[in-house]
Amino acid sequence: MTRLRLGLALLALLALAAIAAPLLEGWTGRDAFAPDLFARYAPPSAEYPLGADELGRDLLLRLLHGARVSLGVGVAAALAAALLGTAIGLLAAWRGGWVDAALMRLADGLLALPALPILVLLAAVDPAALGLPRGALATDMLRITGILVLFGWVGVARLARATAITLLASDYVRAARALGVTEAGVLWRHVLPGLAAPVAVASALAVAGAILAESVLSFLGLGIQPPVPSWGNMLANAQEAVFAAPLAAVWPGLAILLAVAACALVADGVARRR
Amino acid sequence: MLRMVALRLPQIALTLALLSLAAWFAIGLMPGDPASLALVSDPRLTAEDAARLRALHGLDQPLMARYLAWAGALLRGELGYSRLYAQPVADVLWPALRSTLVLVGSAVGLAALAGVALGGLAALRPRLAPLVDAVALLGQAMPGFWLGILLIILFAVWLGWLPAGGAPPPGEAGWPFLVLPVATIAFGQMAAYARHAAAALSAELHRPFITSARARGAGEGRILWRHALPNAGVPLLTLLALDAGALVSGALVTETVFARPGMGKLLYDSVMGNDYNLALLALLLVALVTMLATLAADLAQRWLDPRIGER
Repeated sequence: MTRLRLGLALLALLALAAIAAPLLEGWTGRDAFAPDLFARYAPPSAEYPLGADELGRDLLLRLLHGARVSLGVGVAAALAAALLGTAIGLLAAWRGGWVDAALMRLADGLLALPALPILVLLAAVDPAALGLPRGALATDMLRITGILVLFGWVGVARLARATAITLLASDYVRAARALGVTEAGVLWRHVLPGLAAPVAVASALAVAGAILAESVLSFLGLGIQPPVPSWGNMLANAQEAVFAAPLAAVWPGLAILLAVAACALVADGVARRR
Repeated sequence: MLRMVALRLPQIALTLALLSLAAWFAIGLMPGDPASLALVSDPRLTAEDAARLRALHGLDQPLMARYLAWAGALLRGELGYSRLYAQPVADVLWPALRSTLVLVGSAVGLAALAGVALGGLAALRPRLAPLVDAVALLGQAMPGFWLGILLIILFAVWLGWLPAGGAPPPGEAGWPFLVLPVATIAFGQMAAYARHAAAALSAELHRPFITSARARGAGEGRILWRHALPNAGVPLLTLLALDAGALVSGALVTETVFARPGMGKLLYDSVMGNDYNLALLALLLVALVTMLATLAADLAQRWLDPRIGER
């Protein structure tokens, strides 16, 4: 219980930070994108609470802006993966037979593959070839989210399938069927609610995984493209300046650590409550 | 066991075939074929030259025909050349694979030792369990590349004890270059091992056969080593089997952070450098190694616990 509260509080704090980014910008009169070459690698001070980066941009403002991108991608990817995974798991459990076998072999195959090398390969795909504008933030976010969903649904689907199979064999489902409830009704009214808890656990873990994966891809230069800040690409910049401003590498990593730990705490808390 | 191998090998082959097809078409969507790259790098080349180059290398053929030609050559054992390194692909792949296996192997060994030690501590001294939990959470949530950067700042920038990364120059000892990357991967892996070792060990220590061993007068050390640990090892092997893919991914990030030559860095550099033949073959090799490692872990698990039936 305390884990759940702690995790949710941390997440709320991070979400607040993401919302506060433009407010703080308005208040200080600076924005996260305007370079100031006189303030390159400025040490932490009253003006720059966390210092400035290699173009003299305020690290605190960029960190807050990064929260919007990182949390946005993480939550969007996890939600989409949870929806897709639940649908596929439910379908596999309900239809059984060769549909089940085919879907689960697909899941096994995806799980056996090393995800990151494939993500790297996919992230290099030219968005223009798919008819999307190149270099826009929305395109980047959509692309990363899509790639993460491609691998993210597997965990949810396996859990949802396992739970749905037990639920479908339960007496109350048989009773509902005997009473003439349609198959859609059975799935919607009697099976889906029972999936909520395991799917919630898997989704919380998926948010953590998506935030980590997005930061890794952005760190490698394949995710969110500069000048838009994300925690991952801020760390990539910080590594290049590791001799000039070692502290710049601390904050984005700490933010990722907090976000992922918060999600893990929520997942753990929900799992223990059951 | 033989039946399982016979069942799994075709599955691995099919996965590889599907993966290569999917990756081939994904690569078809990437910017810049070799001819247009040549056009960019050499201003004297005309559009006609580029068209002739395309015809010469078969780049004017449809994607599927090119895939079939490539796959046919691969099955005959012709790996082709790397554009980026101007060497046969095999000469580039094997040293990289060896380097990555050394890195991942040492990291897994260290992670398993440290994880089991931590987990054992938590199981034997329940008061320390929250501490182990916290360390495990930290290891799970810590992005590997961030830990790598922090280690570089601490040991290479401030203390200057170890190199910040790169490859050992020929003739010099390789281990100083291995310490930080191994520590980076091992810390992330250790967390999961510690958690599972703690759970498995404390479950085993409450079993009747432990009580009976104790009643027969077996020492606590013998109970731990001979009776509890082997049984607790089974879930750890399961974890290892599930983690094979994550380990390769971890190697990719870690190798990039430390600029250490290996499969991950090779794959990244080849994708970035538009060396698609090398990228594709490196991806397939990584996938093959991952799946074989998973299979080996499954076999080991069955050997340790014969009760796990053949599915």
